Amino acid sequence: MSKEPVAVVGIGQTRHVAARRDVSLAGLVREAALRALRDAELTWADIDAVVIGKAPDFFEGVMMPELYLADALGAVGKPMLRVHTAGSVGGSTALVAANLVAARVHGTVLTLAFEKQSESNAMWGLSLPIPFQQPLLAGAGGFFAPHIRAYMRRSGAPETIGALVAYKDRRNALKNPYAHLHEHDITLDKVMASPMLWDPIRYSETCPSSDGACAMILTDRAGAARAPRPPAWMLGGAMRSEPTLFAGKDFVSPRAGQDCAADVYRQAGIGDPRREIDGAEIYVPFSWYEPMWLENLGFAGEGEGWKLTEAGVTELDGDLPVNMSGGVLSTNPIGASGMIRFAEAALQVRGQAGEHQVDGARRVLGHAYGGGSQFFSMWLVGDRPPDS
Amino acid sequence: MTSAPRDREIAVVAFAQTGHRRTSEELSEVEMLMPVLHEVLDRTGLKTADIGFTCSGSSDYLAGRAFSFTLALDGVGAWPPISESHVEMDGAWALYEAWTKLLTGDADTALVYSYGKSSPGSVRDVLTRQLDPYYVAPLWPDAVALAALQAQALIDAGDTDEPALAAVAARNREAAAANPHAQLRGAVPQGDHLVRPLRTGDCPPIGDGAAAVILAAGDRARDLCARPAWIRGIDHRIEAHGLGVRDLTDSPSTRLAAERAGAFEPPVDTAELHAPFSAQEIVLRKALRLGEDVDVNPSGGALAANPIMAAGLIRIGEAAARIHRGESDRALAHATSGPCLQQNLVAVLEGEPR
Repeated sequence: MSKEPVAVVGIGQTRHVAARRDVSLAGLVREAALRALRDAELTWADIDAVVIGKAPDFFEGVMMPELYLADALGAVGKPMLRVHTAGSVGGSTALVAANLVAARVHGTVLTLAFEKQSESNAMWGLSLPIPFQQPLLAGAGGFFAPHIRAYMRRSGAPETIGALVAYKDRRNALKNPYAHLHEHDITLDKVMASPMLWDPIRYSETCPSSDGACAMILTDRAGAARAPRPPAWMLGGAMRSEPTLFAGKDFVSPRAGQDCAADVYRQAGIGDPRREIDGAEIYVPFSWYEPMWLENLGFAGEGEGWKLTEAGVTELDGDLPVNMSGGVLSTNPIGASGMIRFAEAALQVRGQAGEHQVDGARRVLGHAYGGGSQFFSMWLVGDRPPDS
Repeated sequence: MTSAPRDREIAVVAFAQTGHRRTSEELSEVEMLMPVLHEVLDRTGLKTADIGFTCSGSSDYLAGRAFSFTLALDGVGAWPPISESHVEMDGAWALYEAWTKLLTGDADTALVYSYGKSSPGSVRDVLTRQLDPYYVAPLWPDAVALAALQAQALIDAGDTDEPALAAVAARNREAAAANPHAQLRGAVPQGDHLVRPLRTGDCPPIGDGAAAVILAAGDRARDLCARPAWIRGIDHRIEAHGLGVRDLTDSPSTRLAAERAGAFEPPVDTAELHAPFSAQEIVLRKALRLGEDVDVNPSGGALAANPIMAAGLIRIGEAAARIHRGESDRALAHATSGPCLQQNLVAVLEGEPR
């Protein structure tokens, strides 16, 4: 059976900052949703269903907030779903919404992801003790640092690679008006001189805590034909999960990530991602995950990812730009971070990315991961419909 | 209005649930769930690796920790990696997500599960965290008090009275006598008022439990089940959150979902309603236009067992199981979420003509 092609015709995000004290949760999500509607030149009445996502409810202290947010998102009288797949949730939410269109259950769907970290304390939200289970080792950095060390040892990467990534992403963020961190005086030396937090991760190689929301309007072929601006077309999308902890798990390059990318490339007819993909928005919360994921996603051979970073291939003007928006390293409203990757990929192929636009970007990957590197969601979007 | 016919038929082919209990403190959520996963897979002969898509529903707030579903996934045995997703909702909505996934043709089978342990905390207090976080939640109005507001509105409107509510409760619990999984079985005294006008008998038991369903498409469903329960329609709708802007004596979202799911024509013979409070059954019967000839809650419903996050999926499973057993030809299953029936899902299941 054939699936309905899925098009992104509206994108909206908030200006991401450490604390949006001027708006409630409802006000925050509505701001992003209204911007997406305006971009698509649609109204609430054009939306058939709403799919929202965020990371754990403990981050704001509201249980199942979709119930409270139904009014703010114009969902009254409509279907509303709430997705939660840990850090990958922003991507998964977009894919669940896309499936509603692909399955021809609905014609036009609003999807939105958010986090308002200032309402609570993420460290507390992740640190509720359960007997006989390992604690999260003082935040996510504590969990991921040993895997970065393993990557460095395995690949022989020089110690400076992480700083290069952070320096690049923070410079890219200066071109993105929605990005949280705008460090106008950033230098490579400043990154390398920043305090060591979880060896080998330095302060400037970590993501901030942000308040923010991101929304997209997804629609079918008929909806795309009516769109006022160029749509982005979904050429492939997939989710993969694997267990958190088991003896066979490779934390440096999880098989779920490889399988997920392979599925997306198969759907999109991509044989050589390095040559056929024009850019990637990759979920990099700690700088070293850029070279790690470049390998996991098939852009580089095993142990070779850091060489792309070192050679400047992933710079905004490089051969394979990565995190043109500034990435998670510059903006991290956790539950929204994955959807921002997906939305930024769509902005690129629509030619709407402004100062951080990659010239001629026709196929761009959006990527998200979560948990202990066990949940993955990705999509590849293009400037043409899938069958053209 | 009914939804357009679809070129791909999806059916519930297997269902399993725990025996629901007041407390299961000796078990982790994963330990509670594991036997159910094994049982539902055994019913079809499928293994985890055979399943095309997996989707679950649960709530971090019940578990008391963030990312609580991640450990359940380890229990599923997600290796090699699986195509998988999760909704922070009742498992009925996980089933809806899985249904759309099967409709796209990306998978032929799906495993859906959900679970909830209410015993570790005070669920009446926990559910207040679902309310508007700025103006309402700080007042801690609990779920029973809100349900009592709805019951009183029904009484004030002349739609019911306390004896009629007691009759609803009694009938559900008598039906549960034949359900080995129910937490409360057989006759139950009406009890004292918990929050007027609701007595203990009008309120659901607090309990722990899990459920799982397997979905399959087309001929795959016929291979896996002698009499698949075909999903003829499924839809869900949400209403405003603020109780002050809703008519609590009606459930327009249930009516709309039922229309979209094609529930009214032809009529159903069985209805499994997720009505945790007796008064809510009155509201739902009216919205769904259920006559006296419809067998409502032959399982005993949520008044006999209400494992939060699983109770809605159980309604779909119970309705499907009756079709599997040949006890129903066309059944309606309903799930709810939020205070006073804010969000409602309706599925219509059918067996092949006999």
